[in-house]
Amino acid sequence: MQVPAPVEYARAISVEHAIGLLGRLGEEARLIAGGHSLLPMMKLRLANPEYLVDINDLHAELGYIEVGPTEVRLGAMTRHRELLESDPLAAVCPIFRDAERVIADPPVRNRGTLGGALCQADPSEDLSSVCTALDASCVIQGADGVRVVPMDDFHRGPYETAVGHAEILTEVRIPIRPGGSSAYAKVDRRAGDWAVVAAGAALWLDEHATIADARVGLAAVGPHTTHLPEVSRALRGREPSEAAWELAGGIAASACRPVTDSRGSADYKRHLAGELTRRTLRTAWERARERGGASWR
Amino acid sequence: MTTTTPMGHGRMLRKEDRRFVRGRGRYVDDLQLPGMLHLAVLRSPVAHARIVSIDTLAAEAHPKVKAVVTGAMLAERGLAWMPTLSGDRQAVLATDKVRFQGQEVAFVVAEDRYSARDALELIDVEYDLLEPVVDVRRALDPDAALIRDDVPGKTDNHCFDWETGDAAAAEAVFARAEVVVRQELVFPRVHPAPMETCGAVADYDRIEEKLTLWSTTQAPHAHRTLLSMFAGIPEHRIRVVSPDIGGGFGNKVPVYPGYVHAIVGSIMTGRPVKWTEDRTENLVASGFARDYVMQGEIAATREGRILAVRSHVLADHGAFNGTAAPRKFPGGFFGVFTGSYDIEAAYCSMTAVHTNKAPGGVAYACSFRIAEAVYLVERLVDMLAAELDRDPVSLRMQNFIRPDQFPYTSRTGWVYDSGDYPRAMELALQIAGYDELRAEQAERRARGAGEPLMGIGVSFFTEAVGAGPRKDMDMLGLGMADGCELRVHPTGSAVVRISVQTQGQGHETTFAQLIAEELGLHPDDVDVVHGDTDSTPYGLGTYGSRSTPVSGAAAVLAARRVRDKAQLIAAGMLEVAPDDLEWSTAQGGGRFDVRGVPGSGVTIQEVAMRAHGAGDLPDGVEGGLDAQISYNPDNLTYPFGAYICVVDIDPGTAVVTVRRFIAVDDCGTRINEMIVEGQIHGGLTDGIGMALMEFIGFDEHGNCLGGSLMDYLIPTALEVPDWETGTTVTPAPDHPIGAKGVGESATVGSPPAVVNAVIDALAPYGVRHADMPLTPSRVWEAMQGRAAPPF
Amino acid sequence: MTVNGEVVTRDVEARLLLVHFLRDELGLTGTHWGCDTSNCGTCVVLYDDEPVKSCTVLAVMAGGHDVRTVESLEWEGQLDPVQQGFMECHGLQCGFCTSGMLMSARALLDRDPDPSEATIREAISGQICRCTGYASIVRSVRWAAEHPAGGVG
Repeated sequence: MQVPAPVEYARAISVEHAIGLLGRLGEEARLIAGGHSLLPMMKLRLANPEYLVDINDLHAELGYIEVGPTEVRLGAMTRHRELLESDPLAAVCPIFRDAERVIADPPVRNRGTLGGALCQADPSEDLSSVCTALDASCVIQGADGVRVVPMDDFHRGPYETAVGHAEILTEVRIPIRPGGSSAYAKVDRRAGDWAVVAAGAALWLDEHATIADARVGLAAVGPHTTHLPEVSRALRGREPSEAAWELAGGIAASACRPVTDSRGSADYKRHLAGELTRRTLRTAWERARERGGASWR
Repeated sequence: MTTTTPMGHGRMLRKEDRRFVRGRGRYVDDLQLPGMLHLAVLRSPVAHARIVSIDTLAAEAHPKVKAVVTGAMLAERGLAWMPTLSGDRQAVLATDKVRFQGQEVAFVVAEDRYSARDALELIDVEYDLLEPVVDVRRALDPDAALIRDDVPGKTDNHCFDWETGDAAAAEAVFARAEVVVRQELVFPRVHPAPMETCGAVADYDRIEEKLTLWSTTQAPHAHRTLLSMFAGIPEHRIRVVSPDIGGGFGNKVPVYPGYVHAIVGSIMTGRPVKWTEDRTENLVASGFARDYVMQGEIAATREGRILAVRSHVLADHGAFNGTAAPRKFPGGFFGVFTGSYDIEAAYCSMTAVHTNKAPGGVAYACSFRIAEAVYLVERLVDMLAAELDRDPVSLRMQNFIRPDQFPYTSRTGWVYDSGDYPRAMELALQIAGYDELRAEQAERRARGAGEPLMGIGVSFFTEAVGAGPRKDMDMLGLGMADGCELRVHPTGSAVVRISVQTQGQGHETTFAQLIAEELGLHPDDVDVVHGDTDSTPYGLGTYGSRSTPVSGAAAVLAARRVRDKAQLIAAGMLEVAPDDLEWSTAQGGGRFDVRGVPGSGVTIQEVAMRAHGAGDLPDGVEGGLDAQISYNPDNLTYPFGAYICVVDIDPGTAVVTVRRFIAVDDCGTRINEMIVEGQIHGGLTDGIGMALMEFIGFDEHGNCLGGSLMDYLIPTALEVPDWETGTTVTPAPDHPIGAKGVGESATVGSPPAVVNAVIDALAPYGVRHADMPLTPSRVWEAMQGRAAPPF
Repeated sequence: MTVNGEVVTRDVEARLLLVHFLRDELGLTGTHWGCDTSNCGTCVVLYDDEPVKSCTVLAVMAGGHDVRTVESLEWEGQLDPVQQGFMECHGLQCGFCTSGMLMSARALLDRDPDPSEATIREAISGQICRCTGYASIVRSVRWAAEHPAGGVG
């Protein structure tokens, strides 16, 4: 089996401690949480950090799912399995359960974390699309304090995020707006594989049951998660209908930039971007309608 | 023919499971020897390049490194090249050029596996890049780079030509045929990828001058002979042990450079040396399978009578011909491409070429290329059915070799031993509810848009397994016979030593059952010894579904020889003529009784004690109760089966879901029903894998795109259905208990069933064919009427 | 860390993978490995009672945690029902993926004593078996669910 190169190891006991360690150890230090992105890269010697700062002991501090009336707060150390199994989260953001069902596999979900997934910034990664669709913000903490970065600014490019050296992503905040719901769909070649294409959609209805807002995030069709503001603009104020989903799907297909690789042809991925955009918007609408029906009457 | 009795044959829990479920299996990498060192291999990052220089100084300076070895150092000892099983040669370490990505360039022996890996980073190799030959269709172009310039006089990338059948007769039939269907069919490169990668521990004892090699081999005796011939160590000074093996599927038949590295490392350091492949090494450098581009043609009358099948095969054998196949069969047993049909003429020509890809060919449970042959004919028959607007089942039924035609000599000269094809097909139809499925399909198609695209795929296969008769079959001059030694101890328990090696097939159970059945013992009273050349008789190993047909026959015949001797001893004990005795196992154990007087005689245990005990034995009878056999089969065995696959395709995403899979297998007499079923289940999963996802691709530079299990996809529990199996039993006339091999049947028979189902589902789109693997992208491209994407 | 109920303490390199710690340092070779990329699941052990791929955890990270391997399943000479189920239903052939499958099966039954076929398939979907075609593994886990006290009468 391939094995990592030599590395030094330290355990952080608090967020501040971790930030301090990162600052002291320098640019060659990396955080390790679940390890399911970093350790395989280290084994293949594609990543060769000199120091690892283990933040698994921060699970007590950063592993939480808090569903409030206007906001969901997810600790960055929340593990995939916890996101999958949380009923309160599924009630307000069903997209998480949709996505977590198809992320990697059960043993990996037992270790992998929300923060690790987002910070890996793989263009095919699922939770980035989920958070994009939900208009989430990322809370980044450093020695100088805390800053909040919207999802659209979080990804700087493939495998590159707004989290600077000696900073930690500590929390993801998701606004809860009335009349909304969400859905996720992914096509993969086999269970546990990365997405050929995946789409996350969130949609909000106003009191007249027309579309107040909608957001779509696509995975695996560009250098990083693709947010489609054109879809949001096109759908706002529209009646929910097959025609609306068609319109959105068309925009998604033409706006994305997939490349041909062993997961599929660019044409096929473009087709999927449209198809999955239609499907997730339709499901999100159906869910919003069910929930809305209860809350407005 | 008895197929199930309380004594031996029949469902029995596996003896080997007692250690496996406790985590007490002993695989090669589990071995820890005092002073053991670890070996890691530096491999070429490029597909084709001249080696300018190798600088090992920094690696040698690593404090934990004991040796760094390059091709030049091996060349000084005449060890830089080794023979392959097909008579080509392969570099143990590259000396002049690297010829595929992943080729072995140097190795390091160090105190631990992490340090060995670290030291690889310290070796500096300078390469002078050469144009790689990647596209098999362009390998023989006049301007293609020459790969094998190590072979004197070689001017092109040609590997071999081979043909079978009657070209003129086939041409005559095709010229007058009413209907001809032609199709290029690509069976892409796939990999057996056993869960345990390959590895070895070599321990050379300088005092005794004896090498012990624990290795992941499916053929320990053949490996010992090859290593002796190549390395110059006398054969009796080599012991090859194949302990528990974590799956083979053909991947562990060849001798790999890594085994030789471990041996060299141990000789150099005087310490045991362990080498264990990582997964990437396994996928990029060890024995692949398939990689055939087949031009297929089928000729028929308008009434659906199949007249002839013809094909030309372009075979990619990689940089070195590492194929493991009998010497006279460079294309394996592809000659059975006429399938299960009684036809007038057949012809196949094959051109094999070298490319800058890993060496190998014939692996992954294909019964020596029968997987390719069955795929060819079963796709062609389905395409013919589409052309004639016929149901694919009725077309097959119309053309089957009839039960009364066996033994049947095919147009390519294979003597099919026994079969009842319509019976197997009818059972499969019945289990499937075929008519109802077709009705459901028609309903769904009538409902139209939004409905899943439902497809029903049928395949029928005949295999030729159990290689093989010595007159026809050998590997590097070694006849494909198998030995068996059986000893019955004084108290009546027994030990049977066999020349084949289990990689999960359950030999420790089934061979005990075979002996138990013949001798009237309980299977628990029979110990099976295998996988150690020092303690088992010679034989060529487990692959090509040959254990039961060859070694199983040897075991039965050894047991019968013991029983014959026991009868003489029993006659002496009872003071009657041997012919006056009758054998029975009806009382819960084997015994000889005076004919017509039950209970009058002696048990096998009593005979065993007498054979070893005091007192005279009949004249001419030696003491002891044992026998030794080397079994040379008269013919191959020809298992067959009827498979039906039902798929649903999401019309929006083109994702294929296998809804049901029905498999009726006839492998003759079944020794252990449970184990046979398990073999079939595994093979069906392989077939779904190959049809839908497994694929070793290359980019234009010769970089392998299937070099990890992230890229080389193997089905999980979520991609396969609960299997529906059925059994017919047509005994093998040339096998002592009528058994045929079954280890590869399902791997061979299932890919065309899945592909036929997918194509059937896509019929409304006018799709006639699409090549494997039928990934969602490929299916979608086919629905658009386009060829598959380039990967 | 605690391994199979016993506290073990070793000085190891920080980069040592848990699977190698178990196999090479502790001699617990029942846990196997089959890939480099966390895909095959051959190395699954229970880590604080949940299935985890031990090739993707550093041994130092496991310090202070509870690790259980296949060697812990048999208790006072009595096989765990999942071990018996795999024997009864032919849930293994070469035995290489078996240890990981057994550990996932044990964890599943601890959470859900009566899992459906679909639940079982999902629970083992991160683990590749190249031999059995999975159906017999599903049946083995069902057998264990139906015989919580084992099968020996």
